Amino acid sequence: MARPHTVLAGGTDFYPARVGRAIEEDVLDIGAIGVLRGISSVSEGWRLGATTTWSELLEADLPPLFDGLKQAAREVGGRQIQNAGTLAGNVCNASPAADGVPCLLALEAEVELASRTATRRVPLGRFITGVRRTARAPDELVVAIHIPKPGHEARSAFLKLGARRYLVISIAMVAATLEIANGRVANARIAVGACSAVAQRLPALESALAGAPLDGRLADRIDPTHLAPLTPIDDVRGSADYRADSALVLLRRLLAGFAP
Amino acid sequence: MKVAFTLNGAAAAWTGPPVTRLAAALRNDLGLTGTKIGCDAGDCGACTVLLDGRQVCACLVAIGQVEGRSVETVEGLAGADGTLALLQKSFLARGAAQCGICTPGMLMAAEELLRRVSRPDRRAIEDALGGVLCRCTGYTKIVDAVLSASVQMPTVTPEAGAAVGARMARVDGQAKVTGRDIFGADGIPPDALWIRVVRSPYDRSRFALGDLAPLRRRLAAVLTASDVPFNGFGIYPEIKDQPVLADGIVRYRGEAVLALVGTRAYVLAVRDDEVPIVWTAEPPVIGIDAATAADAPLVQADRPKNLLLDGGVRHGDAAAAFTGCAAVAEGVFETAFVEHAYIEPEAGWAERVGDRIEIHVTTQTPYMDRDEIANVMRLKPESVRIVPTACGGGFGGKLDLSIQPLVAIAAWLLKRPVACVYTRPESMAATTKRHPARISAKFGCDAQGKLVACDVSATFDTGAYASWGPTVANRVPVHAMGPYAVPHVQTWGEAFFTNGPPAGAFRGFGVPQAAIAHEAMMDELADKLGIDSAGLAQCLDALRPGWQRAHAEAAAFNAKGGVKRRGVGIGCMWYGIGNTSMSNPSRIRVGLSPAGTLTLYNGAVDIGQGSNTILTQIAADALGLPAAQFTLVAGDTDLTADAGKTSASRQTFVSGKAAEKAGLDLRQQILRLANAGPGAVLSLRDTRLSVRDGAEVRVLDLSTAGTLIGEGTFDPPTTPLDADGQGIPYATYAFAAQMAEVEVDTELGTVKVLRIVAAHDVGKAINPTLVEGQIEGGIAQGLGLALMEEFLPGRTENLHDYLIPTVGDVPEIECILIEDREPLGPSGAKGVGEPGLVPTAPAILGAVHHATGVRAHRVPLLPHRLRGAIVSLRGTRA
Ligand SMILES: Cc1cc2nc3c(=O)[nH]c(=O)nc-3n(C[C@H](O)[C@H](O)[C@H](O)COP(=O)(O)OP(=O)(O)OC[C@H]3O[C@@H](n4cnc5c(N)ncnc54)[C@H](O)[C@@H]3O)c2cc1C
Ligand code: FES
Ligand code: FES
Repeated sequence: MARPHTVLAGGTDFYPARVGRAIEEDVLDIGAIGVLRGISSVSEGWRLGATTTWSELLEADLPPLFDGLKQAAREVGGRQIQNAGTLAGNVCNASPAADGVPCLLALEAEVELASRTATRRVPLGRFITGVRRTARAPDELVVAIHIPKPGHEARSAFLKLGARRYLVISIAMVAATLEIANGRVANARIAVGACSAVAQRLPALESALAGAPLDGRLADRIDPTHLAPLTPIDDVRGSADYRADSALVLLRRLLAGFAP
Repeated sequence: MKVAFTLNGAAAAWTGPPVTRLAAALRNDLGLTGTKIGCDAGDCGACTVLLDGRQVCACLVAIGQVEGRSVETVEGLAGADGTLALLQKSFLARGAAQCGICTPGMLMAAEELLRRVSRPDRRAIEDALGGVLCRCTGYTKIVDAVLSASVQMPTVTPEAGAAVGARMARVDGQAKVTGRDIFGADGIPPDALWIRVVRSPYDRSRFALGDLAPLRRRLAAVLTASDVPFNGFGIYPEIKDQPVLADGIVRYRGEAVLALVGTRAYVLAVRDDEVPIVWTAEPPVIGIDAATAADAPLVQADRPKNLLLDGGVRHGDAAAAFTGCAAVAEGVFETAFVEHAYIEPEAGWAERVGDRIEIHVTTQTPYMDRDEIANVMRLKPESVRIVPTACGGGFGGKLDLSIQPLVAIAAWLLKRPVACVYTRPESMAATTKRHPARISAKFGCDAQGKLVACDVSATFDTGAYASWGPTVANRVPVHAMGPYAVPHVQTWGEAFFTNGPPAGAFRGFGVPQAAIAHEAMMDELADKLGIDSAGLAQCLDALRPGWQRAHAEAAAFNAKGGVKRRGVGIGCMWYGIGNTSMSNPSRIRVGLSPAGTLTLYNGAVDIGQGSNTILTQIAADALGLPAAQFTLVAGDTDLTADAGKTSASRQTFVSGKAAEKAGLDLRQQILRLANAGPGAVLSLRDTRLSVRDGAEVRVLDLSTAGTLIGEGTFDPPTTPLDADGQGIPYATYAFAAQMAEVEVDTELGTVKVLRIVAAHDVGKAINPTLVEGQIEGGIAQGLGLALMEEFLPGRTENLHDYLIPTVGDVPEIECILIEDREPLGPSGAKGVGEPGLVPTAPAILGAVHHATGVRAHRVPLLPHRLRGAIVSLRGTRA
């Protein structure tokens, strides 16, 4: 770990970045490290080992809190990618369009990092610092992603917009976790991806939802100003205006979907 | 590092760097080339294998990670004795493999599913196959093959005289479903040197080469323009404008500048910044407007006004006739560069054999390749041999030279086999595209809806070099009025050079772009007159009942309100088969050897469309022996005669006719030897050919009869066009109409195509399964053209930014085959290769218009464009 190296997990981001050229850098393959595997339930929540793949997540027996993340898992690439790609790789790769990130933000995920000498935990929102930039030091590994247990019964959901059915990079995607108490929203966490350099939570919308009855009118609480943290750009997949518009549409649909 | 694992059930070991891609280890070291590489980036799924029973992309798996695990590849599907698995049989019988390059990946993805769920539904199949792209089939027959994998279909082995019209499995299909077919990158000799091409990062630049000596010391050779004996190639004999290696100036991003030749690992390890090139970039000419601006810099110095060529068709007096029309519609339509995106990138290798050069390559046109290489290398055509490998999709993109001159020159100079395999980004950047078009159309009709006049002008961006630009600019004016009788016609086609990628041949040669315009005009005229657009066209009877049902269903759906709206659209087309007013002969031979081997010597390359099978069926019936008795020698320029290029939908009609004549010729010879009448019945057993004429049976002993060869040639009769574009440009035309039903999410601007009904007049369906396969595959490409495909140099040079339809995007397709016999064609057949694609985009765009009121004037109609148009139509952002 002392020499400069690149970490290799599922390889689904690693190899596509190296088409048609020799791979000469030092590579640390973490695929076979036992302690990085698997999903476990611990007292304060859940631990997703770093090499947990999308498929393993889908097959795991998890509460409705994870439904959104599972929906994202189903929409990542195709089956091949889901079978190989890891959640931690998705987070470390720090693409603005990483489908796992908004879900994990809405789950208040923390990233556990370890070096030879120390371990630390960083909230995901502070871990990803920019386009393909993270707070990980070169000698650190992400060893797990932690999901805290919510205070109330909780449900989550995810919606993705892409220009074709499978294998598609998101134009925009939205994720929400709602904690529910007495038929009302006790706590809401909403995040939007692909509409800013790093996926963003929408605190104003979250406040507007707090206390709202869990019914078909949830989506009416959305105001376009709640999307102010987003800074969408134009690219080959869509215009900035379109992204902003679509994020709003997706959020409305996402919230409407929570109605019993 | 040594890696031990289980490979197709047996212990295997591999030694090397653990970060090596599993796909590379399988193919290069373990001899299993059934696992294909289409992108090396996870985007195409051609490399799909099972790892511990789960499908993964072998191009994304580090071989170090398979230690102790189980890897299964396509080679492991069949039984040890070679018996095909049910799934393989199903693919074969149902026509699920066309070119076959995606087939191994499809099979493995399906295998994963079928082990978990023995009778999966369509939805589960789509989820399982969503990660494997197919550019040929439109997925319909693949999904069918998986749906009914457990139900064995009887093998169709037609009797003598009954091959034409039979749903025979492809004659070359067995190799495709077992991974044994040898594509361009599969048969490279282990000792071959490797070429990596250094390409221009600029759209337009001058450049100077620095000192290449240090590189040359590390490599076997560094080829530059000065190594090319005649440094120009191009489709037309008088336009050899594209250099094999650029000489001081590059005209598009991706243009070849240098060829590094050495061992594979060595050339891949050379970093671009180690190649001493000093670039002086210049402002590029991008797009038609830039090329036609008054002060536009010239792309090619000797091409004034950047004009490649122009011309048109005139009949009657269109300008005057418009004044008397009851309704007139006008519009301008724009299309983008479209990439062929065959799943097999350009690949092949060459070897010098004495004073000849032999090139094994994935190509659509062996004889043109032969002559072009001879020209570039200053050799006689007889000194060049082209051996086509299996071709993993072409669609027009493998009609131009790619790797051929580079491997040939290097192998010639170094006297060693030399190979080259394009990477996906390289394939996308360097090779030809569909022409972007701007089409101004104006159509007028009388009060009954009868067309009176049309004026269509099509301007094409032909990119940096001519390629097939003249073919496109010539074909479009002839087709631009659509498949309608219009008394007063004025059409024009013109093509301009730009600093874009060379635009060449792509399924339809410009006609798909023109169809978008003429069909939008038909819709608008029908709207203006308040008549049903299905009433405007002929040849639509087959669609009429479906049209009424679809309209009723869409109306019922829309009546419910909501953000989703449904619509129905129709697209019609005609398409001239073969070259436009130019000779394009084919010659086919059928041989019967003293050993009793019956061989079709077929120079027509099967690029997946099925010509090997179609020609066998035709020749078999003409001769009067069962198709199953034929063996095939295909493509090799030393062993077959010139059957022209696989383009312009011509192989069934032109080469098919030649095959029919060859079969008849051989039959005549046999009948003469046996002194039998025309109705005699033949049968062949080993070296004994028996000829039964009524009650009399004569047996010819072939071992003493000498080799019998039947030969047939056919060149479709056409005439040159006069100054007004009048004459006989084609000997026959295909006609088609398609209906699309779509659902538009008006808030997001996304379009889901729900269903397509395609009615095609094919003359005679020689093999209905293959014909449907062409139509379904064409529809998938038409859908891509309408909704998602746009090549932007430097930005969409991979298969995740450049989107082609996946299995989840192509709807249910119903094919209706209409057999209106073409008297000239073999058994009445004409072509179908391109027609499948032409009406699809117009039908989808018409349906979107019906659903939303938005008329698309620019394709692809990406979600943000459609959403923008819906917003401006409604005048609000609601
Ligand atoms: C065809 C295709 C389709 C795709 N579709 C989607 C999609 O729809 N949505 C989406 O979000 N993504 C998609 N991806 C991207 C990719 O699959 C995901 O980001 C995946 O989760 C990455 O995980 P991995 O294990 O394969 O990462 P790797 O490629 O192994 O690594 C990714 C990066 O993270 C680093 N890294 C990985 N693990 C660790 C660790 N534990 N500690 C420190 N650094 C680490 C690596 O060094 C590397 O830089 C797609 C990729 C492909 C090829
Ligand atoms: S080659 Fe592996 S996905 Fe394309
Ligand atoms: S058959 Fe699927 S890509 Fe050709």
